[in-house]
Amino acid sequence: MHWFIIKRLLLLPFLLLIFSIVSFALIQAPPGDFLTSYVAELAAGGTSIDQAEIEALRTRYGLDQPIYVQYGRWVGNLLRGDLGVSLEWRRPNSELIGERLVLTLILTTFSLLFTWAVAIPIGIFSATRQYSLLDYVFTILNYIGLATPNFMLALVLMWVAFDKFGVTVTGLFSPQYLDAAWSWARVGDLLSHIWLPMIVLGVAGTAQIARVVRANLLDELSKPYTEMARAKGLPEWRLVIKYPTRVAIAPVVSTLGWYFPQLLSGGLVVSVVMSLPTIGPLLLRALVGQDMYLAGTIILIFCMLAVLGALVSDILLVVLDPRIKLESA
Amino acid sequence: MPQTPTATEATRKGADRRPLLSVRGLKTYFELDEGTVRAVDGVSFDVMPGEVLGIVGESGCGKSITMKSILRLVAKPGRIVGGEILYRPDPVGRAGGGGAEIDLTKLRKDGRRMRNIRGGEIALIPQEPMASFSPLHTIGEQIIEAIRLHQDVSKKEARAMAIERLREVGVPSPEQRVGAYSWQLSGGLRQRAIIAMALSCHPKLLVADEPTTAIDVTTQAQVLALLRELQAEHGSSIIFITHDLGVIAQVADRVVVMYLGRVMERGPVDDIFHAPKHPYTKALLRSVPNMDTEPRVALPTVEGSIPHPLHKPTGCPFHPRCPDAIPGLCDVKVPALRPVDSDQPVACFLYHREVEGE
Repeated sequence: MHWFIIKRLLLLPFLLLIFSIVSFALIQAPPGDFLTSYVAELAAGGTSIDQAEIEALRTRYGLDQPIYVQYGRWVGNLLRGDLGVSLEWRRPNSELIGERLVLTLILTTFSLLFTWAVAIPIGIFSATRQYSLLDYVFTILNYIGLATPNFMLALVLMWVAFDKFGVTVTGLFSPQYLDAAWSWARVGDLLSHIWLPMIVLGVAGTAQIARVVRANLLDELSKPYTEMARAKGLPEWRLVIKYPTRVAIAPVVSTLGWYFPQLLSGGLVVSVVMSLPTIGPLLLRALVGQDMYLAGTIILIFCMLAVLGALVSDILLVVLDPRIKLESA
Repeated sequence: MPQTPTATEATRKGADRRPLLSVRGLKTYFELDEGTVRAVDGVSFDVMPGEVLGIVGESGCGKSITMKSILRLVAKPGRIVGGEILYRPDPVGRAGGGGAEIDLTKLRKDGRRMRNIRGGEIALIPQEPMASFSPLHTIGEQIIEAIRLHQDVSKKEARAMAIERLREVGVPSPEQRVGAYSWQLSGGLRQRAIIAMALSCHPKLLVADEPTTAIDVTTQAQVLALLRELQAEHGSSIIFITHDLGVIAQVADRVVVMYLGRVMERGPVDDIFHAPKHPYTKALLRSVPNMDTEPRVALPTVEGSIPHPLHKPTGCPFHPRCPDAIPGLCDVKVPALRPVDSDQPVACFLYHREVEGE
């Protein structure tokens, strides 16, 4: 297994190289560059900028050079640990991304844990009590959860919170902690805000995973090894958790790999609606403004998280199912 | 009225011996949307201490459901609707009076008492050794679990016992195999490991559900020999369920012939094979090749096929396929299981006119 992990980690730089080329090419694909959209924005605001200044900026940012030179400079800086400077914000990218990335990871982890903690027990219950009243109730709730766009759910919950309890539940911090340095009080404040976005972001996934667990477990419950465990005299709940559930949750674990990048992009609308200081809105702004180094860096971080997430889920699968070890190592 | 085995049958092996297990008029039905399937419909038989009872019949005759009923493993929509399964943990009885009886049908399926009996006193040898071990746990883990469920021993002791059991059933280098996964073992070894698990708690009764169907003939013979050997050693009883008459002839002391959820005939193995009474038993035996069978001549088969379980014939369930059916009687009334020879009750109007339930 160690060899398996080493192999996968050795593969990481090559994958990142490919991702960096693809993401850079994609960002360059729309016509124009940062300066054209910058000029357009200024024009829309009623101010203008003279041509000489534009050319000066273009030279300064290296936008007049061929794409591969720009790419080379970007990657070269990345390799030295320099994430570059945002053209639009005129601030280092690392500063812009830093806390937003941390908050995004915290929020994503919370909603992942929420999803699993709710979905797996519901799936197990629905499978072992198939066609019971509660199974039907969960099934209906699952379909509602799947069919409700999460930003819509966010709006509804925000309205309910405001209308019934008179609280505004946007953002991840109370105003006094917004720009404060990290402290236990700030962590506590974060925890008191995070539950709502956690639920909003987790609901659809919960519904999906509960369905998957239910279907898989129903298959496994009729397998001879389950009956054999019963024939040994094991209590029903113990055997269900120990044997068929372990098989049934394998597909759930394998979704871990795409959970992070999916939430990063899928949570974008929710982040905008609830004004969450996550990385999604920053990426959106960077893409609209053609702030290519910022956008490219964020996308590259997404890719790295996806690859690492896949690695973690593969390791968990190997731990869960000893048969996988032989096939992949 | 469930049929009671005759006194002679029950005492054949010794005057003071009582059956370890008595199944009386067992009825297990499945309530489906389309109707009720009477999978087991009034089955009675006894299992004496230390004997091998063979239950034989075509697929769908209810033999596996009978087995599941005994272990209380019938899953919804199936349900035991009638009859008794009397289990006597101490059939000989110290004071000669015989031990207490427990009616397994009265116990809660997942209750503590039933769980202690299941696996501890009545153990299952399942049909598919390939699929009966969890692929995610080592066979050792699963055997140790069975041991510790029923015996108060430490993990270490249980492990030593598991290795001992594996050695006993002829698994080579059991110290290593105890840490193996089932999919790392050959079919024969898997079946042996399953038997080791079933025997791990010294059960009084083993229920073997077609344990040799899924393995090749050579291994099959080895497994049968092993089962007989272990049975002689431990003195446990075995209910051996199979559709293979050849296997029955090799292992069983007495035989129960089932058809469509009912017992057609019951008796000592020699009588069933050499003096079958019921037309169904006769038809089954004719379809088995033996040394005298003429080569390249089609074997006789049992005429017709098994009726749909939802549309059982009226009267004797076998009458539509029976060459000797008596019109106006066999298609109307259900024959009771009554002794013809002292040891051999038969449910057939060719031998008596007693009607079931009268």
